[in-house]
Amino acid sequence: MKVRLLFFASLREQVGSAGEEIELPAEVTTLAGLRVHLMARGGAWGSALGDERRLRTAVNQELATSGATLRGGDEVAFFPPVTGG
Amino acid sequence: MKVSIQRDEFDAGAEARALSRDTPAVGAVASFVGLVRDRNDGASVYTMTLEHYPGMTEKAIAQIVDEAKGRWEIIDCSVIHRIGELRPTDQIVFVAVASSHRRDAFAACEFIMDYLKSRAPFWKKEATGEGARWVDARASDDAAAARWAPTPTKDRAA
Repeated sequence: MKVRLLFFASLREQVGSAGEEIELPAEVTTLAGLRVHLMARGGAWGSALGDERRLRTAVNQELATSGATLRGGDEVAFFPPVTGG
Repeated sequence: MKVSIQRDEFDAGAEARALSRDTPAVGAVASFVGLVRDRNDGASVYTMTLEHYPGMTEKAIAQIVDEAKGRWEIIDCSVIHRIGELRPTDQIVFVAVASSHRRDAFAACEFIMDYLKSRAPFWKKEATGEGARWVDARASDDAAAARWAPTPTKDRAA
């Protein structure tokens, strides 16, 4: 299945991308699996996504936890803890 | 209800007055304005650039306001958050709540601010005397949001 990835703030700068469409291997079905899949790219991906305490995720614009199941066409965002207000 | 994510400056007084002008049932308007400080974590701040997640931001704020409406009597409210490059003394955020009585207005305004700081997808990057840096989330902001009881408690006394 295909999902759309988005990266924000320090994470966007670390991985050098604001987003991409990605075709997932059949075994990647959850947010946790997607994170591991992206970290396997190595380099900045491993460090940017490696520390769960400094990582927040959203699926289809709703905050989501690592167990969330992914579906084709989902919009998945990775970002650091928010600092607005 | 007004939610606006914008680059432009806003007039906090006019925004607060707009909540009660045509609504005689409003007996109290509580408002909050957040500003860019000239110092943060020991460094001089020259500019602050705010980024957000378009689409999710508006949804997250609408959910926060809905949650506040379940807890307090809210007649109307307004949330404005600026994005882009700001400077010390610039306004960043405005929250105002109109209610019949002050207690609901005060509490809902503080609740919306606390939740906005820990749940709405905004990020701040500072240009400082020591270089550019992303602002770190503060544990105290999570604690501020966590102190609100998870179950709605509508208290109409004022």
